[in-house]
Amino acid sequence: MSLAEARRERDQVRRSWLLSLPALFLLAIGAIGPLFIMVVYSFLTPGKYGNVEWIFSTDAWRGIIFTKDIFDETLKLADAHLTIFWRSVKLSFLTTVFTFVVGFPTAWFIATQPPRWRPFWLFLITIPFWTNLLIRTFAINQIIRTEGLLNTILLKVGIISTPLNLLYTDTAVFIGMTYVYLPLMVLPLYAAIDRFDHRLLEAGYDLYASRMAVLRRIIFPIVKPGIVAGSILVFIPSLGAYVTPRILGGGRNMMIGNFIELQFGQGRNWPLGAALSVVLLLIVTAALLVYVKFANREGGHG
Amino acid sequence: MTEAPAVEARSAVKEFGQGETAVRALDTVSVAIRKGEFFTLLGPSGCGKTTLLRLIAGFDSTTSGAILIDGEDVSELPPNRRPVNTVFQSYALFPHLTVAQNVAFGLEMLGRPKGEVAARTAEMLALVKLDQLAGRKTSQLSGGQQQRVALARALAPRPKVLLLDEPLSALDLKLRKEMQGELKRLQLETGITFVFVTHDQEEALTMSDRIGVMSGGRILQIGTPREIYAHPTNRFVADFIGETNFLSARVRGGKAVFGGGVEVPLSRPAADGDVTIAIRPEHMRLVPQGMAGALSGTVSHAIYFGTDSHVHLKLIDGTEIVVRQQTDPDGSGGPKPGAVLGVSFPPAAVQVLED
Repeated sequence: MSLAEARRERDQVRRSWLLSLPALFLLAIGAIGPLFIMVVYSFLTPGKYGNVEWIFSTDAWRGIIFTKDIFDETLKLADAHLTIFWRSVKLSFLTTVFTFVVGFPTAWFIATQPPRWRPFWLFLITIPFWTNLLIRTFAINQIIRTEGLLNTILLKVGIISTPLNLLYTDTAVFIGMTYVYLPLMVLPLYAAIDRFDHRLLEAGYDLYASRMAVLRRIIFPIVKPGIVAGSILVFIPSLGAYVTPRILGGGRNMMIGNFIELQFGQGRNWPLGAALSVVLLLIVTAALLVYVKFANREGGHG
Repeated sequence: MTEAPAVEARSAVKEFGQGETAVRALDTVSVAIRKGEFFTLLGPSGCGKTTLLRLIAGFDSTTSGAILIDGEDVSELPPNRRPVNTVFQSYALFPHLTVAQNVAFGLEMLGRPKGEVAARTAEMLALVKLDQLAGRKTSQLSGGQQQRVALARALAPRPKVLLLDEPLSALDLKLRKEMQGELKRLQLETGITFVFVTHDQEEALTMSDRIGVMSGGRILQIGTPREIYAHPTNRFVADFIGETNFLSARVRGGKAVFGGGVEVPLSRPAADGDVTIAIRPEHMRLVPQGMAGALSGTVSHAIYFGTDSHVHLKLIDGTEIVVRQQTDPDGSGGPKPGAVLGVSFPPAAVQVLED
């Protein structure tokens, strides 16, 4: 009886593997394949008109951090590259923090509305997704440019006397990314807050907790999975953002995404581009590992 | 000599909503709860008992009137600055904390030193017999155990008053009986004033020092369980707690005159006039028809309950009453439908209602 059962179970496992084979095959080609090509390309020599020449070289990897002096061939830190990395991480981090600061009260507001109104508010949050990212970003461009809506209003009201020079600065990229990624923060936060038992607030106040203590000791720990998920959902795409820094940061205020594109385009240095892509992937993986660690600890907590 | 009450409500009014549509959940309630007392607010759902509890805790604020704790007006204080703790109906334990962390929470918020927090937490867990489960998650506990955690958590900061909002309603019957005894024990051991909210009259009668019976946002009567049961002052209290027969009568010169001219002397003074009289079914006896001082009625039916029978009768004036009669040891049938019998009762059983 148990033998037959064991066999049936084994058959079932085999069958489910067989059924998922096409999907696994597609994944192998679609996800692991390109990744493999990237890793291989990063160890090759750049071709004259783009593409690669099949000569092994570690120049691309060295080139990420160091630059060779054209005269005495000594290695120096590639300040420009490091600046781009630093800007990417910094802006992504700031975007994550700011979307949280703005997104948490928003999500709290929606989750505490009467149930029949919540779909409406969530619907409003998702409206920006209806329009192409490019168009939305150009809209921001129009708003914050020197003769744009923002400056016109601020000048009219009299808050400023000379127009703010926002466009093509880090601030512009930051504003754009915050706008674009805010929904990705609000939605997981909403999901977590929606499950939060609001009677716990009264229990907290009853046990002498101040409003701040209730927020820090009760609300944040309980909705932490939502906070972590939202942060990951904002941080990772921010790090690889391409359109937003391109349109709002101009050519000078590049982020990793733009820098990678540059290598495959005008730069004609595919190995460097490939190496940079792998580095970006590693940063993202590191961020995900942090997430898994947090998520696990939450699981252990119950 | 006159010690301030542990909790006092002075003409407390609570309205929800604004203007025309405002609902008065609590209508000019005044009550003084003594120190060290087990005080129960008893009433059907929607009577305002939980509203009064929330006003004391500070979760809601009075529309008018005042709440005093230990003689101090706390009407303007937020809940985290009132020396009271609550055991919630849903327990509202913190799911991200262990049993011990839950119990320690209030003490930590009060900024007590670490050593004191640990000692008091251990003491509380021992008090509710949960010391073995200190490191558990609250989600891993049974309903009864969660209830104990909620109690320990609320008692740990040594509140002046412990508020309990129907804490036993989620437990099954056996566990509820057990926790009733446990609550009484905790109250005696800690000496803390308990304000207990329930809709269960039996719970109220067995546990309380005093009961406040509530209906329609008002407290109708305050008294010991015996006073409330034996001498209800109005129809609602008499009807809500236990079973009662209501009879119309006319009071004249210290006597109650019932339909059919039967006169019964009153044991407690009452003003002359038409009144409603309450008599408990177990205080009435069936006697042969025509006995002096007995009402006369026709048996409509009798229900056998084992220890007693409930005999339903119709009096001459049309009033329907129930008489609870102990069953005979030989198991012989009680009165047959259609039989005409006398109903007698001692003068002390007669309770003249005020309204």
